[in-house]
Amino acid sequence: MALMLKNARVIDPQVGLDEVCDILVRDGRIVEVGHNLTMEKGVERDLSGKVLVPGLVDIHVHLREPGGEQKEDIASGTRAAAHGGFTAVCAMPNTAPVIDNAMGVEYVKAVAAAKGKARVYVAGACSQGLKGETLSEMGDMVAHGASAFTDDGKGIQDAGMMRRVMDYASQFNRVVMVHAQDNGLVGDGQVNEGVASTRLGMLGWPAEGEEIEIARDIALCRLTGCPLHIQHVTTARGLDLVRAAKAEGLPVTCEVTPHHMFLTEDAITDEYQTCFKVNPPLRTAEDAAALVAGVADGTVDCIVTDHAPHTDWEKDREFELAPFGMTGLETSLGLVLTHLVNEGVIDFNRMVELMAVNPRQLMRDEPVKIEAGCVADFTVIDPEASWTVEAGDFYSRANNSGFIGAQLKGRATDTYVGGYATMEDGVVVE
Amino acid sequence: MAFNHKHLIDITQYSADDIMLLLETAKNFKQVNERRVKKVPTLKGFTVVNMFNEPSTRTRSSFEIAEKRLSADSLNFGGSSTSTVKGESLVDTVETLCSYKIDLIVVRDKHAGVPRKIADVSGVSVIDAGDGKHQHPTQALLDLYSIWERKGSFDNLKVAVVGDIGHSRVCGSLIPALKIMGCDVTVVAPPTLLPARPDILGADHVSSNLDEVLPEMDVVYMLRIQRERLEGAPYPSLREYNMLYGLTQKRDKLMKPDACVCHPGPINRGVELDSFMADHPERSIILDQVYAGVLVRMAALYLLLGGSNDGFDA
Repeated sequence: MALMLKNARVIDPQVGLDEVCDILVRDGRIVEVGHNLTMEKGVERDLSGKVLVPGLVDIHVHLREPGGEQKEDIASGTRAAAHGGFTAVCAMPNTAPVIDNAMGVEYVKAVAAAKGKARVYVAGACSQGLKGETLSEMGDMVAHGASAFTDDGKGIQDAGMMRRVMDYASQFNRVVMVHAQDNGLVGDGQVNEGVASTRLGMLGWPAEGEEIEIARDIALCRLTGCPLHIQHVTTARGLDLVRAAKAEGLPVTCEVTPHHMFLTEDAITDEYQTCFKVNPPLRTAEDAAALVAGVADGTVDCIVTDHAPHTDWEKDREFELAPFGMTGLETSLGLVLTHLVNEGVIDFNRMVELMAVNPRQLMRDEPVKIEAGCVADFTVIDPEASWTVEAGDFYSRANNSGFIGAQLKGRATDTYVGGYATMEDGVVVE
Repeated sequence: MAFNHKHLIDITQYSADDIMLLLETAKNFKQVNERRVKKVPTLKGFTVVNMFNEPSTRTRSSFEIAEKRLSADSLNFGGSSTSTVKGESLVDTVETLCSYKIDLIVVRDKHAGVPRKIADVSGVSVIDAGDGKHQHPTQALLDLYSIWERKGSFDNLKVAVVGDIGHSRVCGSLIPALKIMGCDVTVVAPPTLLPARPDILGADHVSSNLDEVLPEMDVVYMLRIQRERLEGAPYPSLREYNMLYGLTQKRDKLMKPDACVCHPGPINRGVELDSFMADHPERSIILDQVYAGVLVRMAALYLLLGGSNDGFDA
């Protein structure tokens, strides 16, 4: 089937493209990019006034299936992805059972193929059962399509085990992604240690609990040569560690989330809003500003959401008993456009690097460029659309967003995966 | 003077005038407590639920006595029989209680923020009787009452708060309350028992040397070492804690002659206080604090549930 996308402003820094043009797609791949293109028959869409970029990818998402289907499943989570403008996501392995073997990888990929509205990369666990003790069968998981490895949700506490993980993983051309958390320092920490923990009378989750593990894992990267990706960096000094590692030439990358950039510990008031309970916690305004600066200066490689859906009853309870996490797939692009692109902090080219090019590269997938021969995964953006984040509009099964009520400008209107629309005019295509 | 509060949850929401009104009201209730028939019909027909989701002896009995002396109907709810144990959520429990048409909930919970949550869900008045490591406003008020009664005013008072500041809900209310009343507050503790930001609570000075601090102080407030609430051991032994931070007879000579000693109870004798100090006839106002607990809780119940003088036959 042919698809003609006409008159969008097409932006792709990979091929140095930023102009209004047409794209002709056939059989899931781009056939031609140019002006005044025509085709004999097929679907034609006029995208005047829109921006078209290579399909966005979020490499830190909890789809919750198997085991957590009350919160989200692969069908609902990938619909949320499509609605947010994402053509692909990477599913974290902390499900029940944990995705720590080939069968788990196959299950997620099979369900995604059958019911999904986005491509799903599968991250396998580094250690069996996420226990941080015994290596998982990474080789078998790679053979069955695992795209990366992580024990996300937990830090691997033992440095010797972490070295083993990285040594072993280094043979597979896969990135090891780490949730940096030293349990000895973090303990039952609930909120950022400092003003928030004192004011709210709860145990603190200190910045050092994250920074020490980042420093350790960078040292192990130096030792093992294994590509290392630091997940959800939240502190200024943590980012400095990554900056220094990159300057040294180590294969270290990192990601930040919209909530750590655009919210701070001050958001949590005496109402103890559990929607702001995330791990790592919301930090200080200085930290948030440092993350934004890192996005602008190139230190940060990806923007991800750490989309962490929970049921209303799990979140509507005592702060200390509520689970960590907020959703993000359906607000990420709008937040990035509103606070970074519209504000001139970054341009569309940099946004595409952060949300499409680099994440896809970290998943070791082929690049999606806007040129003939490439896979037709696109995100179409209306940069002028003003909208308010409302829980009722989410395709996610969950509504534990920290941004309900936010006024945003810019959003995805259409999403194409392999030449097929997964969202059209803001509505997920069934 | 107008009292415009529905809840007593966050002491920082109270002005110095609000607090003085509470203390003056508490003082008026002394008359009720010191006559033969210790009861007034002031809150007759009001239903108060004492929701204690964590063990408490003093606070709970103090509230119960206050409620009974004001003729409120009270329901004790909580402990191991709570529906929470059966898996009911806090929200559902509160909504169930509210279906009984109650007027006020007194809540003690081991989790910070629960009183506010209950206030939002229930719509009735809420008194925080201690939430996690966060606040314990009636404790702060009874402390203020005892200090006020002893010292006559709060002007230029220097107060040391000594001990487990970091894990103490008492401090979460007491230190801000002392600041609201204009006192100069020094917190004294080993660094392992300090919160991340004592200044956020309102502390003017931070010290880890009790002997240096004592000579300046008008009030020395000794905190209980809460052994059950300490993750890991923040001091090597109770012996060493007592040596460095215990208010003992040998430190008596360092103190101002008219300095008084407070403690929220229950006391660990031989740890934060020795018997000489705990029972000191001039310095210790610890039992005055217990009595003040009944008075300020009567005042809080009275003011939160209407506050007019109707039926207040004191």
